[in-house]
Amino acid sequence: MALARTHSIALVGVQGHHVEIEADIENGLVALLLVGLPDTALREARDRIRAAIINSKEAWPQRRITVGLSPASLPKRGSSFDVGIAVAILGAAEVLPAASLADLMFIGELGLDGRLRPVQGVLPAVAAAVAAGFGTVVVPADNAPEAALVPGVRVLAANSLSSLLGWLRGGCPAAGSSGAAIWQGGSLPPDSGGPGPAGAEVPGRDLAELVGQPTARRAAEICAAGGHHLLLLGPPGVGKTMLAERLPTILPRLEAAAALEVTAIHSVAGTLPPGGPLLIHPPFCAPHHTATKAAIVGGGSGIILPGAASLAHHGCLFLDEAPEFSRDVLDALRQPLESGEVVLARLGLTARFPAKFTLLLAANPCPCARAAGSGPAAVGSAGLTARPLAARAACTCPPVARRRYLARLSGPLLDRVDVKVEFLPVGRAELLSDRQFTEPSSVVAKRVQLARERAAFRLRGSRWRLNAEIPGSELRRSYSPAPGALAPLERAMDLGEISARGVDRVIRLAWTVADLAGVARPTVTEVSYALGLWLGAAS
Amino acid sequence: MNAKDILGRRGEQLAVEHLQRAGLRILDRNWRCADGEIDIVAAERRALVICEVKTRSGVRYGTPLEAITRQKRNRLRRLAIRWLVAHGILFDEIRIDVVGVLRSESGEFSVDHVRGVG
Repeated sequence: MALARTHSIALVGVQGHHVEIEADIENGLVALLLVGLPDTALREARDRIRAAIINSKEAWPQRRITVGLSPASLPKRGSSFDVGIAVAILGAAEVLPAASLADLMFIGELGLDGRLRPVQGVLPAVAAAVAAGFGTVVVPADNAPEAALVPGVRVLAANSLSSLLGWLRGGCPAAGSSGAAIWQGGSLPPDSGGPGPAGAEVPGRDLAELVGQPTARRAAEICAAGGHHLLLLGPPGVGKTMLAERLPTILPRLEAAAALEVTAIHSVAGTLPPGGPLLIHPPFCAPHHTATKAAIVGGGSGIILPGAASLAHHGCLFLDEAPEFSRDVLDALRQPLESGEVVLARLGLTARFPAKFTLLLAANPCPCARAAGSGPAAVGSAGLTARPLAARAACTCPPVARRRYLARLSGPLLDRVDVKVEFLPVGRAELLSDRQFTEPSSVVAKRVQLARERAAFRLRGSRWRLNAEIPGSELRRSYSPAPGALAPLERAMDLGEISARGVDRVIRLAWTVADLAGVARPTVTEVSYALGLWLGAAS
Repeated sequence: MNAKDILGRRGEQLAVEHLQRAGLRILDRNWRCADGEIDIVAAERRALVICEVKTRSGVRYGTPLEAITRQKRNRLRRLAIRWLVAHGILFDEIRIDVVGVLRSESGEFSVDHVRGVG
């Protein structure tokens, strides 16, 4: 009989691959054969598609139907090929004009009643379709706002197979009401990207609520400005979690390209908010410390899903009670921290997820968590008298236990953390009278925004936007601090306090400190300050 | 005679007429042996055509053509050999065809002829 061809997209991670769907109808016993490495969900498409076509009042071809998905070597998973297969079968049965299918891309799952059901990963799939040269993409109506985020695409949003077929037969999509509608892609909401007002407004969260801890606040500001990783160390109840949760409120909005990247990852994970799908604020991801390696870096045996590290792309990954995380989970973070992406290998394919995040670690100094500071010398005199009884009770952990507890954060991981801050218990004076002096998020966010603009201006023409992203070689070649500014670093190196990587990290940090202070180039002051932050500063 | 048998007879008659119009010579009808029955034996040029007719009065239990399974096809192949042995005629090719006859609610019949199902 006849052959028809349609197109769809197979997702591997956030990377879309063009898949050609061919349907061939020939004489033989009535059957539907599906070939081309389908997984279970896709094999079940045979039954979904048959029911959907019959319930859409179309005739099911009473012949032997072979559906091939090529390239045959690429494993194909999930239900997003349903619509493409159904349309290919109807094209081969000559109830649809084959010419109308040639340059269309079909994405969507079919319900038994012929509805088009939404699928995950529409944004990266549509982006791949456009990259493969397809101008028009058919998606389920529920996915249309997400698909229309891709610039330069024409999206045909259909809510049922019958309305889609009506459109393919040359009918006009019914405006508004039920049926199909056309969306023009690339119309990003006007408030997204660019230098808009900074800071995500999370109701009930503002930096002003955190009292005391001036060093920690300053450290958070520096990390926000330069994208540096941060370790918060201190006894319970001093505001570590509070500070980490408020970090997103001082981060600038995502640029348009970054927003699309972040949205694509969340699209694959299925964590996009319905309605307004574009994520314009840096994501904040706080996995529980019982999380597995797969939950953090991504994984899964069927469809490979991004983990928390990728969901925090261009945002913050907050590991509260970091030493409680299992050691291999923490060490699995080293690769994305270094390369900015997670690479997961599976049979027949390799998935890549971008994972450029700001790492926030919070930890108690010991298991009993009553240690106030690292020793009596570190405790300020004001704090000593004002501390409540519970916190004053001395730590009961033997020194070995304390050392072992923090040693769970491996050296190589801590080496990659740029700023380490030690929290001290808040004194009564600070808690009661300091409130009026604490800055709200909006004020800090403005300084962060200015510092980021300064860095972006210096880095214009390069791929990098943040000081933390500059590779070491480039840092030494083009962005060296003022002459003589490295003296404190040289001393630290002589004493063996800092690794070669640490030196690079301190220099990057010094640039951010300089950007925040409005200094053109880091001097001894900025480098010393940065070194202090790297080695660990007491709040 | 049962209603379903009357329907079956009617379907076979329609199938024969359809095949004759399509240019096939009918050699035998309802040929029986120990293994079962062949509805229609026909010849098209130098090919022996073993034809199974399936008649239905609705698609509630599936279409007529869907009722032909792989097992049924394999049985028809065995029957074809039996018929050839019994009649001693030589052909270049043996072909299995299926004719689906469907009676709509209004009482009209539609005939679908599938050549060479295996």
